[in-house]
Amino acid sequence: MARAGSDFRTSFAHRISSLLFNRAKLRLGLLLAAPITWLVLIYVFALVALLVTAFWTVDSFTGAVHMEWSLNNIQTVLTSSLYRAVTLRTVGIACLVTIADLILAFPIAFFMAKIAGPRSRRLLVIAILMPLWASYLVKAYAWRAVLSHDGLLQWLLAPIGGQTPGYGLTAVILTQGYLWLPYVILPIFTGLEKVQNSLLEASSDLGAKNWQTIRRVVLPLLVPSIVAASIFSFSLTLGDYITVNIVGGASQMLGNLVYTNVGAANNLPMAAAVALIPVILMFGYLAAVRRTGALESL
Amino acid sequence: MKLAAMKLSALFVGAAMALSACSAATPSASTASSITKLGKGEGSLSLLGWPGYAEDGSNDPKVDWVTPFEQASGCQVTFKSYGTSDEALNLFKTGNYDAIAASGDATLRLIASGAVQPLNTKLIPSYKGVYSFLKNRAWNTVDGKTYGVPHGYGANLLMYKKDVVKPAPTSWSVVFDGSSAYKGHVTAYDSPIYIADAAVYLMAHNPKLGIKNPYALDDNQLKAAVDLLKSQRANVGEYWSDYLKEISAFESGDSVVGTTWQVIVNSMSAKANVGAVLPSEGATGWSDSWMVASNTKHVNCAYKWLDYIDSAKANAAATEYFGEAPVTQAACQYGSAGFCDSYHAGDATYASKIWYWTTPIAKCLDGRTDVQCTDYAAWTTAWQEIKG
Repeated sequence: MARAGSDFRTSFAHRISSLLFNRAKLRLGLLLAAPITWLVLIYVFALVALLVTAFWTVDSFTGAVHMEWSLNNIQTVLTSSLYRAVTLRTVGIACLVTIADLILAFPIAFFMAKIAGPRSRRLLVIAILMPLWASYLVKAYAWRAVLSHDGLLQWLLAPIGGQTPGYGLTAVILTQGYLWLPYVILPIFTGLEKVQNSLLEASSDLGAKNWQTIRRVVLPLLVPSIVAASIFSFSLTLGDYITVNIVGGASQMLGNLVYTNVGAANNLPMAAAVALIPVILMFGYLAAVRRTGALESL
Repeated sequence: MKLAAMKLSALFVGAAMALSACSAATPSASTASSITKLGKGEGSLSLLGWPGYAEDGSNDPKVDWVTPFEQASGCQVTFKSYGTSDEALNLFKTGNYDAIAASGDATLRLIASGAVQPLNTKLIPSYKGVYSFLKNRAWNTVDGKTYGVPHGYGANLLMYKKDVVKPAPTSWSVVFDGSSAYKGHVTAYDSPIYIADAAVYLMAHNPKLGIKNPYALDDNQLKAAVDLLKSQRANVGEYWSDYLKEISAFESGDSVVGTTWQVIVNSMSAKANVGAVLPSEGATGWSDSWMVASNTKHVNCAYKWLDYIDSAKANAAATEYFGEAPVTQAACQYGSAGFCDSYHAGDATYASKIWYWTTPIAKCLDGRTDVQCTDYAAWTTAWQEIKG
């Protein structure tokens, strides 16, 4: 009996494997089934649930959600001056963080890709990746200590007549800029590595100054990398609410409004409506970016 | 990338919460009646409360008042803590908890939604020893029925750095009308319920508004409080809801004056040089109550717990650990020296100056019937606008 069972198993396994061997599509389907289920359940379902929830209402006293269709939440988000002001502020911060990171990242990435030797390049890559090993919260709280009125920055700036910006929007931009910098350096570094040195030499042979070479040869080749990098810093800033809580003083961003609508107000539909703003902004941004071809180099 | 994943899972949890909230019970207060006699313990009990309200020694082996209860009653306790009153409501609605320690800004909502049952206080012997000024109050009693027994209470005080804020303040005006003197270094509690602090101030300084209860504000009165808070906003350095953040801000001098809790004052170092005062206008505060779920299968264990937590020794341990006043005079002999004095336990004059957190509702809590009051949803919207 044992022999027969094992024969059966062998032949069963054999049949399965020949079936899979002959049918490539089935093979692919089985391979992708798990990740696709995961993606659909976690990502698409959550987004759809978010969209649908935004149209429901909540009983303000007992906190029960009523599944009655209503456009009130969307209307409030679109018309209230509060949401408009906070959206503009959040987008402004995200833009400034992105610009600051790009300006900081370009020289570092250029040095790493074109000037540093293989050994120091490796060290630099490690140095840039190192902060990612530390917890996000620890870094934000470290900035809270640095920016404090008796913190490091004050101590450094006081002798030359400056002073720390304290907690507020400037502090948020500084902290976010620091947090996302590695995500901006790496795509630009990869992009610069692909730019061939012969192009730089040719440009210089034809009489271009260094700055002209960068502006007219390097930067145009780098556009996809820069756009890819900006997606990271822009989207990460757009959805963040922890940094602004820690170093933002009294200010609030879109994430905080979502948070208070869920946490304090217990108004999930309203929170969903607010959360749609960054989703829509990011879709718009990605659609614009798609045309530059940057998504392929992500 | 971890962050993105966190946000995604938060979305998912949010969606799940939305779905589960749909099946929540419809409001049906005051039809239920309390039990008339107690039986044997059911062997287990599931509790929900603020952090530090039911310690079993797992956080700190020296801090344990749950194990003696388990041994005496035979009820095995599991405890879950929450961070905000709103989180508490959502958790309690899952029906997984037998009893909850809730603040006054949650209790009325629990009662109205029918989630908790009226109590028969005759079956809770230690309730007799509870200070009378904590009994039969708006946040634990509805239509003459008691729904909660007190756990502990405290006031939101005014804290200031002695070397900066001179003379020592005796009025909230230092954070409202006079806040510009400390521009950028004023702090305030980050919650819609803080609007009541402004209302307490207006009660004393703008009697024409006719505010009788800081949790019963009509449209005009709310507008006045919001205007006051908006002018305060210009001078606020940061808002706090995490008490560790408040401690760090006062230690570093980024905040020099603002609202606080007694437990924060006790945690400050001597170097920070802070003082705290209950201002002349009075203050807001909290008085937390243990309530029993209406659908509990462990009602006997729940009653035993309510009796235990109001008993002298356990109440002293629990309230001193959290940093608030105990609810019975007998507890004072078990706390460390000066415990009852530092929290002004039993001081009825001190307690009468405290306006305990209560959920603002449309039916005015001060008894007015000619106007509609603003509810908590309106307060939340107003709070977001104040922060801008």
